[in-house]
Amino acid sequence: MFIYTTPVYRLSLALQGFLDEQFYQLEELQDESSPNFVEEVVTLFFRDSSRLMANIDQALEQCPPDFHRLDKFLHRLKGSASSIGAGKMKNECAGFREFCSEENLEGCLRSFQKVKKEHTILRQKLENYFQLLRQVVPVDKATRSGS
Amino acid sequence: MTVEERKGNADQFPVGMRVLAVDDDPLCLKLLEALLRRCQYNVTTTDKAITALNLLRENKDKFDLVISDVHMPDMDGFKLLELVGLEMDLPVIMLSGNGETQTVMKGITHGACDYLLKPVRLEELRNIWQHVIRRRKFERRCHNDLDCREDGQKAQIVKSEDGQGAADCYEKANKKRKDQIEDDEDDSEDNMQENEDPSSQKKPRVVWTVELHRKFVVAVNQLGIDKAVPKKILDLMNVEKLTRENVASHLQKYRLYLKRLSAVAGQQASMAAAVGGRNSSYLHMASLNGLRNYYATGGSSQLPTLGSFQPNGVLGRMSSPSPLGMHGLLPSQPGQLGSVPNSTSNSYNDLGKIQGINSPGNPQMNLLQGLPGTLDLEQFQQTKLVQDPKKHLPAGLYGSGLAAGPATGSFPNVTNNPLLLQPNTQHDRSGGLGNYSSYRMSPSSSDFEIALQDISQFPRISRYDGSWQGAVASSRDSANAVPILASSSHNNLSPGNIRGNISSRTPHAATKILDESPNVAAVAPLSDPTRSNNVQNQVCSLSGSTIAMPAGFDNDPKLSKFNITGNPRQKWDYIFNSNEISGQVHFGAPLVTQACMIDKLISDSQQNFKGEYAMETTSLQTGLNSTGCSLDDIVNPMVKPEHDDIAFFDMDMGCEIYPLGTCI
Repeated sequence: MFIYTTPVYRLSLALQGFLDEQFYQLEELQDESSPNFVEEVVTLFFRDSSRLMANIDQALEQCPPDFHRLDKFLHRLKGSASSIGAGKMKNECAGFREFCSEENLEGCLRSFQKVKKEHTILRQKLENYFQLLRQVVPVDKATRSGS
Repeated sequence: MTVEERKGNADQFPVGMRVLAVDDDPLCLKLLEALLRRCQYNVTTTDKAITALNLLRENKDKFDLVISDVHMPDMDGFKLLELVGLEMDLPVIMLSGNGETQTVMKGITHGACDYLLKPVRLEELRNIWQHVIRRRKFERRCHNDLDCREDGQKAQIVKSEDGQGAADCYEKANKKRKDQIEDDEDDSEDNMQENEDPSSQKKPRVVWTVELHRKFVVAVNQLGIDKAVPKKILDLMNVEKLTRENVASHLQKYRLYLKRLSAVAGQQASMAAAVGGRNSSYLHMASLNGLRNYYATGGSSQLPTLGSFQPNGVLGRMSSPSPLGMHGLLPSQPGQLGSVPNSTSNSYNDLGKIQGINSPGNPQMNLLQGLPGTLDLEQFQQTKLVQDPKKHLPAGLYGSGLAAGPATGSFPNVTNNPLLLQPNTQHDRSGGLGNYSSYRMSPSSSDFEIALQDISQFPRISRYDGSWQGAVASSRDSANAVPILASSSHNNLSPGNIRGNISSRTPHAATKILDESPNVAAVAPLSDPTRSNNVQNQVCSLSGSTIAMPAGFDNDPKLSKFNITGNPRQKWDYIFNSNEISGQVHFGAPLVTQACMIDKLISDSQQNFKGEYAMETTSLQTGLNSTGCSLDDIVNPMVKPEHDDIAFFDMDMGCEIYPLGTCI
């Protein structure tokens, strides 16, 4: 678990604000038996969330909008975000849900913009994170395989 | 896992504890798996509730614990929870991103031994093994105590002081439900599971086949539900290799079932009254007594069962969702449903009181009330129905024609409703009670059919046992549908093939057929009783494996309430679908069992829909709650993939939990 000392931790700190403790837990779960756990999980997240957000887009375009359906998507999106520790995004989703329950289309649209923004930022940050990780990994692998 | 392996693991317990994780969200599932592995558990994952059920049914001893998400597309987590608790008697932990008290409460009342919020933390998972241990110990104790206490008292024991003993177990469960507070980790929460031996005990599980259950019921009726003790029942049944413990645990479940029925019956009482007329005898039957008689007569009389289904009518009476709030376990007093304030606690309290058999006071009412009530109550409670619950109720209940009030007229459909009496070739693996469902309704027993029809609508009702479910399932099959189902579904539904049943036959087909039969059944009852003809037509049409409900149904203004989505047809389809799909459709259960099952089904629909209905999605369950809506939900998940119509209900119908209710 050498890799998790300096670089990753620093990266994680950099991600602070966008990611919360849950993300650390993901890192904790990565080990020899699942060496790419974090990346796999993050990939899953973006795949899932992109799909959900496309669905939400569609739902919002409907006339009249189906808030019920929207809420379902949101619930799922919020759950995913919280699973990887995307704190900010999760909060935006919560706000979105509130507007949804009030059937406030305006509010929903605004919220959704925020959600999308957070999502994009997160993606960038995590991409950087993994890039850095990859740079570090070779060293780490050598170390681990050696021992 | 071999016995040795298991023993080995047991020594190191909780290391190696076998967990089955179910979550449709791949991200969450992956995370959960990693966390569980980190705890050194033996993890199996699946993203489909149906797969999970199949896995569990395949070998009940294969897992120690089940962790399941609440919101899943193919089946409501609560439903899965109930089924697992009923059939396999395993501890189930619910997972959800939704931590609202109401939802958590629902989980607890459905028997979850714990409710975790997402994202789950490692520390929380490290402790989940305690649920396994607790359950084992608790069950063992229940069994022992059951022996001593059985003779002395009945389930009437209300909140006994001591926390041990079979009766206590039972009451404790009720008490917990009632209080809605207790630590839900206690096994007693799961009312149904007390009897099954924990896997660690490795006792052979008794499969309660329809035949076996029929004998059981006959014996119980002969003794009188109040006086039935396992020992005597066992003697009367005269079945080899059946232990007193088996009977005791089954009796507990049965009593719970009856309690539910009586709760529903209370609601139904009004219905029954409305029905009057030709159903006079039936009304009589409606009460528990009626049921008893029914059983006593070996199910020869179909009327009694009808009586029990009266609940439909009763449900219609329910004027406010709040009374329904209960888990469908309304107090047995007939009027109670309507008057029960909206509070789960009330219901729980009542439940506690009802405990077991609802015979006191208003047996008739109870029965009736129990049936629809249970279904609706939950639904209402949760769904905060906007509309007058009455509307909903009748919908579901209408099938039986009772709801409509005009009673007499409504039963004609019954005849067409072979549902109830479907020949149940398949034995529910979970208990063989499935056979119950297969009983044949004769035209004369229109009442019965109606009742059955209603029941079919609530596949969930038969939580009691697989057999019961079977009864329900069978009830669903309309006369026409039955043949279809019988031929095709039965084959698939063969005990060893339940899974295959659902999965092997194209889901579409399976659901279709299932849908149809249930639809038929459901349709019939739902439709305006005065439109018996329509109903019949509906039934017939349904059998044709058309999901669409007969025109009459759709046009029936009374049914408008069902048209949440504007497609009542679909709703019913779904409902039945789910039932059928659960794979445990038992057709052709003996009449007796059917009746019992139906009652139980109705009353239990909310709660423990075992086996057969397991497959149904939660929607079914929820659907039942809200009468119309719930069914939708139930069916929804199941049918969704199959039918375009269903797609409508899909996410839209939304709430897996509050399907129709909310819509309405």
